Amino acid sequence: MGIAKLASKFVSFDMIMFGLHKHLIITRARYPEFAHKMAERDLVAQVMIHQEKSGYWFEFTSGKVRLSKGVHEKPDVTLGFRDRRTARELLIPPFDWSEQIHAQKMFRLTMDGRPDDTAWFQRLLMRSTTIGERYGQNRPGGEIRYVNNNNGGPVFVDVKDGRIVRMTPVVLRDDDAKSWTITARGRKFTPPRRAAIASHALCMKSRVYSEDRIMYPMKRVDFDPHGERNPGNRGVSGHERISWDEALDIVAGEIVRCRTQSGPGSIGTLISAHHLWGNVGYHLSAAHRFWNLIGHTYIEHNPESWEGWFWGAMHHWGHSTRAGAGDPYGLVEDCLRHADMIVFWSSDPEATGGCYAGTEGSIRRQWAKELGIEFVHIDPYFNHTAQVLGGKWIAPRPGTSNALALAIAFVWIDEGLYDRDYVERVTTGFDEWKAHIMGEDGTVPKTPEWAELECGVEAHVIRALARKWGKSRTYLGAGGWGNSVGSANRQSTGVQWARSMVCLAAMQGMGKPGSNMGNLQFGTPIDYTFYFPGYVEGGISGDLEYTAAAVSNYQRMPHLMTVNSVKQRIPRLKLADAILDGRCEGNVMAVDSVTGQFEKHVYPAEGYAPVEMLYRYGSSYTATIGDSNRLIEAFRSPKLKFIVNQSIWKNNETVFADVILPACTNYERWDIGEWANPGALVFHAQSQLNHRVVAMQHKCIEPVGESRSDYEIFFALSKKLGLSDYYSEGMTEYDWVKRVYESSDMPKVMPWRTFLKRGYYVVPPDSEKTRVPTAYSWFANEEKKNVPDATPVASEYNTEWLKGLQTQSGRFEFVPETLRRNPPEVDRPAVNTYQRGWEGYWDEERRQEYPLQMIAPHPRYSFHTMGDGTDSFLSEIEDHRVWVDGWPYTKMRIHPEDAEARAIRDRALVRVANDRGGLVCVAQVTARIRKGTVHVYESSSLYRSAGEPGKSVDLGGGANQVSSGRMQVRNSHAGAGNSILVEVENWDGKAGFQ
Amino acid sequence: MTKWNMILDVDRCNNCRNCFLSVLDEYAENEHAGYSAPTPRKGAHLMEIDTHERGSGQDLDVTYVPVTCNHCDDAPCMKAAEKGAVYTRPDGIVIIDPVKSKGQKQIAEACPFGRVYWNEELQIPQIWTFDAHLLDQGWERPRMADACPTLAIETVKCSDAEMESRARRENLRTLQPELGTKPRIYYRNLDRIFENFVSGSVLVKSADTLDVVEGAEVALRRNEEKTIETRTDFFGDFRFTGLPCEATEIEIEVRTGGKTVSRRMTLARSGRVDPFILEA
Repeated sequence: MGIAKLASKFVSFDMIMFGLHKHLIITRARYPEFAHKMAERDLVAQVMIHQEKSGYWFEFTSGKVRLSKGVHEKPDVTLGFRDRRTARELLIPPFDWSEQIHAQKMFRLTMDGRPDDTAWFQRLLMRSTTIGERYGQNRPGGEIRYVNNNNGGPVFVDVKDGRIVRMTPVVLRDDDAKSWTITARGRKFTPPRRAAIASHALCMKSRVYSEDRIMYPMKRVDFDPHGERNPGNRGVSGHERISWDEALDIVAGEIVRCRTQSGPGSIGTLISAHHLWGNVGYHLSAAHRFWNLIGHTYIEHNPESWEGWFWGAMHHWGHSTRAGAGDPYGLVEDCLRHADMIVFWSSDPEATGGCYAGTEGSIRRQWAKELGIEFVHIDPYFNHTAQVLGGKWIAPRPGTSNALALAIAFVWIDEGLYDRDYVERVTTGFDEWKAHIMGEDGTVPKTPEWAELECGVEAHVIRALARKWGKSRTYLGAGGWGNSVGSANRQSTGVQWARSMVCLAAMQGMGKPGSNMGNLQFGTPIDYTFYFPGYVEGGISGDLEYTAAAVSNYQRMPHLMTVNSVKQRIPRLKLADAILDGRCEGNVMAVDSVTGQFEKHVYPAEGYAPVEMLYRYGSSYTATIGDSNRLIEAFRSPKLKFIVNQSIWKNNETVFADVILPACTNYERWDIGEWANPGALVFHAQSQLNHRVVAMQHKCIEPVGESRSDYEIFFALSKKLGLSDYYSEGMTEYDWVKRVYESSDMPKVMPWRTFLKRGYYVVPPDSEKTRVPTAYSWFANEEKKNVPDATPVASEYNTEWLKGLQTQSGRFEFVPETLRRNPPEVDRPAVNTYQRGWEGYWDEERRQEYPLQMIAPHPRYSFHTMGDGTDSFLSEIEDHRVWVDGWPYTKMRIHPEDAEARAIRDRALVRVANDRGGLVCVAQVTARIRKGTVHVYESSSLYRSAGEPGKSVDLGGGANQVSSGRMQVRNSHAGAGNSILVEVENWDGKAGFQ
Repeated sequence: MTKWNMILDVDRCNNCRNCFLSVLDEYAENEHAGYSAPTPRKGAHLMEIDTHERGSGQDLDVTYVPVTCNHCDDAPCMKAAEKGAVYTRPDGIVIIDPVKSKGQKQIAEACPFGRVYWNEELQIPQIWTFDAHLLDQGWERPRMADACPTLAIETVKCSDAEMESRARRENLRTLQPELGTKPRIYYRNLDRIFENFVSGSVLVKSADTLDVVEGAEVALRRNEEKTIETRTDFFGDFRFTGLPCEATEIEIEVRTGGKTVSRRMTLARSGRVDPFILEA
């Protein structure tokens, strides 16, 4: 029996009312902040027992409160309980949220009144329970130290006089949990006791105080919601300041207009990935909660960055819940103890830092270097991992890596250098694939000499690599994570490359000691059992359909469920098609099964209205999606009658909005979150960390300018729409943060007030005896799955629950049944072949005009667009952006011979262009890039058109200006942002790209 | 008296820029009264990371060298200063007084490392102060050391004699020691930016294939210097480092399977030579 229930047995409703009244008076006297809040509004709040038609009312006048018994004839607010018992149970803290929610669902607990009044009253009551809580540490010099967290790691935030002085990585104290130690080859390795964070975390102060912050709501000057909207002038006509009230009225008015006049589905919602950190403020949390309450066409995420793994590798080894990526468990210890070599293939973890993990992996790769583990780096660019670790650099032509992979398999088969025992025991289809590789099926044998002609890597180098690999215990680090992502998988040939990566790993007995997929980025010996929700678990959204809330979060943090009744959706990659062509088709991003990805959905869906209002959340989308000029055309299309952009900074698309709502950063609001814990799709991503850190995200400063937190913006809108009590459950962000804390394992290890004050908690690592086993060791040994991951779902285990992989046979399938069963796909056949892609070196016709291949990898210093532009400190980093005549251009890397042929000098301004678009960059002439290839990091968050938007070169350097919107394989929506042909020339200062 | 020193291991530096950003975050638009005035957020790089690229073809190496105020014991900026605007603290840290130094552009111009920033707006020279204001508040190390993920930055507080002997013992170098400024910033593994390398591979040719030779003995001779020997690795590659940066006559001799080939050449810059191809 809970304390509240117990207390409710002994405390009468009348006593609670008297007590509450006294509590308000005392709190008012004790806390000036509370007194100030109480004086904000004069109103009468009735507490009503419906069954008896009796109760008490509180009268707030000039900051004072009076209690009266009975029923007020005209209360502003009525808090109603069905009966006295309900009131007793629900009013005594600590609150039982399950009961609270249930009472609301059953209308045993009701709230009536004007939204502004009900919100004020509820927040006043909630505040009275938390106002004594203290946070922040006093520091010398009058500074206060807070804690916060973001995409790149936890930080201390030192504040003086309401202004952030510095942000610096969290350094662990002696009384924080001890660190783990790995013993390998006679040496002991223990990580440094501090958070190794990312550059995009270290630059955040500059982005809080940024010239590019949106300081107040704005409206496009020639946009009139009741008259001429002039959509064609988006991006040209400029914006003017308006009040919050006016802005919210326009947005709420458009929502009502769309819902009542245009029909369901007419409101489209578009978010950016990798929002600012925090379980409450995350888009999957606060934004989904609001949008579900109004119904929306979700412009949904795709497995972007996982393309080849999701649409390809998954068919061989399952892992649908990981979007085709591999398991992370135990890989660091196994690699350090047993591996002789790591092959980094399209893998630059020093640049990309896995996902959210800052620079935590760097020290572990230094240990590998100290141990004398051999390194091979396969990448057309001499990347940062190759730079710092050394080893052999092999630079294939972009897009041809699968030829190289098949030739390696050829050598292994030809010379008997693969694990026959493993292949026979736990795989299927090998003979069929082998016949293809050896040319026994009538195709050309995939010899190193054959591959050399395709990939440009000398045959003897391929053979040497294959022999060493076949004879040594090797970790294949494919993609930045070691077992997922990587530029090679965002190629027109990305699906085939990722498929071959897992096949090579299987040929070498993946899961046996020292043989696995990884690059020391994932798989530290942390504790995997301590529960803290990841952001994909939906935070406060109540969204059981589009988030992973149903797995743990929804049970552990009871909150009102929300449902998006609009089933129409648009894949993010196809938004331009949807708007401009009025239709598009997508595949379902299924995570519960492998087969689910074949399911199609079309837009517009039957019965739904086309999207005519776009609720744009964040604003740097054009930089990450192929053929971005077409998106810009869509944003300027009259088919979109209204675009609202809720954003912190003026980014790429802010300029195309009709109304702009200024949001604030996570340093200006309350939140809570665990470092590098998205949960769900990247389950146990904390295994990239040396220490698990759960962070309180203190509100360090007041919102800059007139900006507000996303939650408060949605709350304000929900008040206009009469949805605020549902949206907020009476909670502020602070109250939600506390509920998230309570839902986790945190209360078991650290009381709320201690956590609030201290600001972070380090989860102790597992003892050496209970460390999780190495990923796939169970599979290699034909045991049941013994790593702490409850997926795949039971029905996907086809032989026996927890036995085998998520394939039809339960074995690793060299020729996947899921691809065999469907009508044969020419571009994704069951037997993985090498097929030349499109827009690569093979495309001789297009190369006449655009002779250079361009790769556009994920950027190093920014996290996609996060941290780029926005007046950020990152613009001071020469390898990121270079200032020329007062503008921070992005860099294009070009080989000395290619530069010489075009008379391009180092640091010259160049135009990188093809028929789709163009960008202006600063040239870096360097032998680090393979001849014939140029390199520009994608994800510019600065869009500055030199002339008419969408029809001119981009001075911001958006690499997707020149990439194609074409999918890798037809039956997918797998983008191919690294398949680009361009020509580069010294920029003549003209706006055009043709 | 113990004094502050810093050791930067360039072998562990991958240009992640956390040190650079820490400095920017600490000094840009922040006033540290008595220590430093705010620097502008754009263009004021109290530290920079220089890039040294060497090699050719697919045999490269790139070295990043972080450069900041060297807190020289015999600092040229101090000599150039008037009115005692630049002084050394007892703990070795050099401070440019933000008030007294006003208008003294010669202080910035005097730095041979180019790391005294001239603040045009405030008309003062500015440096990274080793985060003296934080150390004085009890911080254990400057911020950049906390931010470095690979422990490439070590700060050491010890006597000058101890530091000197450690530098000798561990082969630590300073930038431009020939100037005699006695920097307090030391570097580990800096050699490769002052040296050339030569690399190549040994291959064996049979009827229709070319293959690498692992374990071939390779010797490098030059002038009167001692011959250096190595063996090829599993890619058939060899590499000799530690060669002088000026044009040098060298001879590379390859011995494998009872065969010997050699080649003489002039090595002007680091790089890869054509492969040694032996008949099977």
